[in-house]
Amino acid sequence: MADHEYKIPVDCHYTESDEWLRVDGAVVRIGITDYAQSELNDIVFVELPERGSQLEAGQAFGVVESVKAVSDLIAPIAGEVIEIHTGLADHPEWLNEDPYGRGWIIAITPEDTDALAGLMSAADYRAHVEARAGK
Amino acid sequence: MVPFAGFDMPVVYASILEEHRAVRARAGLFDVSHMGELRVRGPAALEFAQRLFTNDVAGTAPGRVRYGLLCAESGGVIDDITLYRTGERELLLCVNASNIAADLAWLREVHAHCGLDCEIADESDATGLLALQGPEALAIAAKLLAPGFRPPKRWHFARAELAGIRVLLSRTGYTGEDGYEIFAPAERTVEVWDRLRDAAGDVLSLAGLGARDTLRTEMAYPLYGHELDLEHDPIEAGLERFVALGRGFIGEPALQKRSAQGPLRRLVGLLLEGRQVARPGFRIVSPDGDGVVTSGTYGPSIDGAIALGYVPAKFAAGAQLHVEIRGKHVPCKVVSTPFYKRV
Repeated sequence: MADHEYKIPVDCHYTESDEWLRVDGAVVRIGITDYAQSELNDIVFVELPERGSQLEAGQAFGVVESVKAVSDLIAPIAGEVIEIHTGLADHPEWLNEDPYGRGWIIAITPEDTDALAGLMSAADYRAHVEARAGK
Repeated sequence: MVPFAGFDMPVVYASILEEHRAVRARAGLFDVSHMGELRVRGPAALEFAQRLFTNDVAGTAPGRVRYGLLCAESGGVIDDITLYRTGERELLLCVNASNIAADLAWLREVHAHCGLDCEIADESDATGLLALQGPEALAIAAKLLAPGFRPPKRWHFARAELAGIRVLLSRTGYTGEDGYEIFAPAERTVEVWDRLRDAAGDVLSLAGLGARDTLRTEMAYPLYGHELDLEHDPIEAGLERFVALGRGFIGEPALQKRSAQGPLRRLVGLLLEGRQVARPGFRIVSPDGDGVVTSGTYGPSIDGAIALGYVPAKFAAGAQLHVEIRGKHVPCKVVSTPFYKRV
């Protein structure tokens, strides 16, 4: 596993709790990173928030559950949930197969797009992952 | 690799689900060398074991394996073990890694008090253990065994040369599939592993502790520290068939009483609605008293969330209960076990 190179696309922002955020027109799409899905291993359940709910920065908005473990999903920035990926109910494995694509979890309209500037870049996140993997 | 009972253990090689399915469909190879091996030998070896083991020792002929428990006076479980009758006056006990020290201390304590003529030796460090499990397991092993080797029957074992290495081949397992558990000298266990891999090719998947856990949970096999501990007895755990009463083993009076009165709580299988996993320690909720989850997972061969847990004894198969998962009450049903039944 040590030689595994995690995918960390440069067009996303990242959090310390392993979510990615991608600006997609007026919305920000959120999912979990390749590193996160790999650590969790086979994902069997994703709990989604209600559409229209308001998220505060730092708030847990859902849960990803694998055979091995359960992990909270943390909203990195405040905003309104305008889309939830309902297809994950039947296909939680999409988070493993395509974490940055078909495995997206929610889309929000951010309260303040400047909040994105406070998140990690791909390079910062790679250093964050490597620091933990090296432990 | 994660630490488990002092060993670095592979939880998963690639995917728990894939490894699980490979074992059900073809074959998987597990390294379970962490398990402990205690040897008891001497003129009174059997008599000594009769005092410790809940199952019938005298009826275990040479070449046979029996599952059973070591119980305290209270009836609480010290360990669940397999007992191998390796000779007329010799037994091998295969014990849980986390309990090696406790079991050894218990055996020595009982031995000191009873004065029976036998010796106890801890062979754990000198012994490796691999589990080759799945419908193709016997065919894979046959490639490395002498032509015409006759496999031992279920719950029997044989001494054999596997790829030229002296092993004890036991027709047992912890997955619900056919196969062998292979005891080998520690220094040659890697060689056994490599030879099996080479001989089997693509038919064989390497399988980690993660798949071992999902496989055993689908079979509702107990795991010490989850379903079994000193606070629970074998009657509550539904293991009556491994308790041969009337033989005078330690803990028997307590178990006799429990058996006669009926337990207040019982270990049951639960099938949950949806795919959320009930983890150990989660509360099982009912208007007639609560229970607690001891093991829970997504069962790949069931395609559903399954759990084991203790509930008030009145709940039989069909009872509708709830598991509290992160503040929500998720409906579940008591079902008969094993969860997984081979078609």
